[in-house]
Amino acid sequence: MATETTDPFQIPNNSVGFVETQTATLFEPPHPLETQGGSRLGPIQVAYETYGTLSEARDNVIFICHALTGDAHAAGYHENGDRKKPGWWEDFVGPGKGLDTDKYFVVCANVLGGCMGTTGPGALNPETGDHYSLEFPVVTINDIVRVHHELLRYLGIDKVLAVVGGSLGGMQALEWTASYPHDVGAAIVIASAANVSAQSIAFNTVGRRAILADPQFQEGRFYGDQGPRYGLALARMLAHITYLSEASIEMKFGRRLQDTDKLTYNLLKETEFQIESYLHYQGRRFVERFDANSYLYLTKAMDYFNITESYGSLATAWKDSTARFLVASYDTDWLFTTSQSKEIVTALNATGRHVSFIEFKSPYGHDSFLIECDQLAAAVRPFLEQTYASLKQKKTQ
Amino acid sequence: MTQTRSQSAANISSNGEDHPHDRHPNARRYCMPNMELALTDDIIIKHIEPNSRVIDLGCGDGRLLAKLRDKSHCSVMGIELEEKGVLETISNGVPVIQANLDVGIPEIPSGSFDWAVMSQTLQQVRHPKFALQEMIRIARRMIVAVPNFGFWKVRLQVLWQGRAPVTETLPYSWYNTPNLHLMSISDFRYLTVGQLNCRIIKEIPIINGAAVERAWASNLRAESVVYIIESPMQSVP
Repeated sequence: MATETTDPFQIPNNSVGFVETQTATLFEPPHPLETQGGSRLGPIQVAYETYGTLSEARDNVIFICHALTGDAHAAGYHENGDRKKPGWWEDFVGPGKGLDTDKYFVVCANVLGGCMGTTGPGALNPETGDHYSLEFPVVTINDIVRVHHELLRYLGIDKVLAVVGGSLGGMQALEWTASYPHDVGAAIVIASAANVSAQSIAFNTVGRRAILADPQFQEGRFYGDQGPRYGLALARMLAHITYLSEASIEMKFGRRLQDTDKLTYNLLKETEFQIESYLHYQGRRFVERFDANSYLYLTKAMDYFNITESYGSLATAWKDSTARFLVASYDTDWLFTTSQSKEIVTALNATGRHVSFIEFKSPYGHDSFLIECDQLAAAVRPFLEQTYASLKQKKTQ
Repeated sequence: MTQTRSQSAANISSNGEDHPHDRHPNARRYCMPNMELALTDDIIIKHIEPNSRVIDLGCGDGRLLAKLRDKSHCSVMGIELEEKGVLETISNGVPVIQANLDVGIPEIPSGSFDWAVMSQTLQQVRHPKFALQEMIRIARRMIVAVPNFGFWKVRLQVLWQGRAPVTETLPYSWYNTPNLHLMSISDFRYLTVGQLNCRIIKEIPIINGAAVERAWASNLRAESVVYIIESPMQSVP
């Protein structure tokens, strides 16, 4: 479905090559999305990309759920984009990779409330002709998943072989299996949780406050202006620390200074240490690509996510699910800890689900799932093969 | 539980930390047998009824569970500490949870299995009594396969040479062996029956590489043993 061409000079062999982001318009009148919060929203544009080929039986679909600030561009290169910057999961998605596009038809879509092509607070409200801004309804993970489910129906897909996601993406994968218990063959839940911890809510709170307290926030009506750049950058700097581990920061930066060997004794020099400089750079780069309102909405969706509350208990959430589960955590991840993954595993065991759990060793903290792609592939590849084989076997029986 | 069943001597000899003198290539000293895995697997499979729910603690590559699933239509789950074993088990299509038996397996609900299997693992955990208690908690019946320290050759070696026995396929000395706890049949009975109030339904001694049920003087003659055990709660009518 994506336009794929080859460029022998630029594109590595094991890449899906050039891809294009497509857009689908869903929930058109008179069928708006009824959000969990009780609002009606529509029409909704959904930005998505696809890689690989849909099988005749339409049984080889893998849906990727992206994390908080991700987008539909998971793999490959945009022809007009930066040739040095492939999709955010390039090392994991492609021919022969963790999600093997020679075998599977892989779909990734931007989330509802986002700012990378799917309708969010920065989109135009057809009723007013102006940006939604804070008139955009509060959305939940459940709303996000329902929109993506509708996208797959639009693409003519009823069932998915697997839903895969890390962090906020893992929460979506969990929601998929609870909301559509018979439509998901497998869920791969990486560095995630059935609900975020109070500590994570605390970090999100500070991030939101930084945006709200920026004088340029203007009640969210900053489109066309510079917007709360400093607040958003600050939110990102803070959040970025939580994605790393103590060891990885130490390894990468230590106490080393930027551009100098000596302390300057200048109080206002904000990029003296390498780690300082790095965080400022991350903040600056983030502001260029992300909408502060989307950041407010999506962190809120994350904070609200609570499978226990939505379904009565963790165990009952998955009582009807026919999916196989692969739950993975990282030993240095202190944002979404191993014990939170084990909580999911315990609940799945309580109802006798087919579940595997692995705690990977990696120094990279929460970000490990984006970095250690070979390690992840070693578990995901056989897990998908086995799931696919067993589903095919069931069908022939 | 550092030793998974799939590992062979070749894996271990590649361990650069071992000094060559640590290994015992000649057979002058008696070697504790690494039980014939196929034989043990057969005994286990024979005793587990079709369609049972089975959990294997220290499942290695998950081969036994895959057999139980395919031949006996059991619903199976593995527990394994080593990442290598976990990945191999996943490749066998068997659900597996990476966990350390020494800290327990709270991820597994009480009474959720018909059978808990522990083959060639009990002697390797730090707290065997605790591991058995976890098995009792999660399953009605258990199958445990362990080497027998009461075997006459072991006794003679300790008596005559005054040295700890080593195994052929696990070429470790006392100071680097994964086999932390060695027990005789009498010792095992004392713990499971005497201390944990279990009932040993069956003891299957392995003598000269064959299962010999109701063998005489088994504590002296058996190289290893497979125990079929009932959890205490089930023993009470």
